[in-house]
Amino acid sequence: MAKDVKKLKVSAIRNGTVIDHIPAANLFSVINILGLDHIDNQITFGTNLESGKLGSKAIVKISDKFFVDEEINRIALAAPQAKLNIIRNYKVEEKKEVIVPDGFSGIVKCVNPKCITNNDDVKQKFRVISKKEVSLKCHYCEKITDQEHMVFI
Amino acid sequence: MKNRSLISINDYSKEEILQVLDLAGDFEQNPSRDILNGKVIATLFFEPSTRTRLSFESAVNRLGGKIIGFSDSSSSSATKGETLKDTIKTVSNYSDLIVMRHPIEGSARYASEVSTVPIVNAGDGANQHPTQTLLDLYSIRKTQGKLENLNLFIVGDLKYGRTVHSLLMAMAHFNATFYFISPKELKIPTEYKMYLDQHNLKYSEHSDFKDIIGEADIIYMTRVQKERFSDPIDYEKTKNAYVLKNSMLENSRSNMKVLHPLPRVNEISTDVDDSEKAYYFTQALNGVYTRQAIISLILGLDN
Ligand SMILES: [Zn+2]
Repeated sequence: MAKDVKKLKVSAIRNGTVIDHIPAANLFSVINILGLDHIDNQITFGTNLESGKLGSKAIVKISDKFFVDEEINRIALAAPQAKLNIIRNYKVEEKKEVIVPDGFSGIVKCVNPKCITNNDDVKQKFRVISKKEVSLKCHYCEKITDQEHMVFI
Repeated sequence: MKNRSLISINDYSKEEILQVLDLAGDFEQNPSRDILNGKVIATLFFEPSTRTRLSFESAVNRLGGKIIGFSDSSSSSATKGETLKDTIKTVSNYSDLIVMRHPIEGSARYASEVSTVPIVNAGDGANQHPTQTLLDLYSIRKTQGKLENLNLFIVGDLKYGRTVHSLLMAMAHFNATFYFISPKELKIPTEYKMYLDQHNLKYSEHSDFKDIIGEADIIYMTRVQKERFSDPIDYEKTKNAYVLKNSMLENSRSNMKVLHPLPRVNEISTDVDDSEKAYYFTQALNGVYTRQAIISLILGLDN
């Protein structure tokens, strides 16, 4: 019964990708990172949904869109616990989890205001030094940006 | 090291660090050699640092090289709005190696990515100053006869002091034991303690060092700046605990030497200067030999 109620909150899609377990506060970061504001596909999303794990979560459903892993792993900073369902003909064909890559470029700002990436036209570049609580070391200024201080571009 | 930029002390392995120190020793024996004949070295100082610039220029002159460049950005095209990228791209056409000092952190790494010639970082903001670290290591080895298993006292501003952070990372190769001595506002950041833990290195933190000075092989003093304190009363209370006086050296080891990256303000009393344990002025001289070694290794002119 509970499951049916949850289903009704965001309508089902025939083919495409469902991204679940996005922290509600980071929904728009995920939309930005994936460039969903620039594509023509049908997109539905629900936010501030109850979640045992996250407190408050968001779900995004994108019709007729299938991401390559590299593309989807870019959301790891904003939604490290996100789960993906690949839907074909209303059925979950495959489930995937987000994998935090070894490095990032762009996406977040370096925490250091004196960093060249915050002062000049230089693209941010980081090495991931911790994957659990994601923390990033700036390739340029060598300062560490932790999850708490992440600001998405 | 040939043709490679030196941006951070972490760019060099332990073996490469030792190679620099060995060659610096050769230059100390025989400082003037004409191996840079026909080479042009650019020194681009986007912020003034007379001491560091003169040390580099002395190194280049002793090797017979020519120098071009500027000593602060007000005399450079950077004032006219030229980007760092354009300055570096242009100057790399005119020179065989660029020595660069810049107030923005990470600028040296970025410069090395757009330059066609190697870059030597002579300080990028509070980030890195690797040639300072190499001359510190040279000075430690020279005075102690070794780098392994030493007790290193690091005193003063351990939070913001860039020379402290790089020295710590470099000395981690040599099983040093660290004694961190600072006011509570300027303690060594957690990330460096984590680094030492990961490498199984011993360290302890102290607010004073008068009673433990007998343990030290090296006392590395740094400036404590008043403006780092949120409460001026805290500064007044602690400031005298971090001034090294000659009388304090009484119970120190006979091999103990006092180092300081200079310039000092008042953290080493001038009555220490005449002590045979004072080494900071010789340390500055060692910077010339060390920079000669770095430049010749990068240009592949080391034999
Ligand atoms: Zn940075």
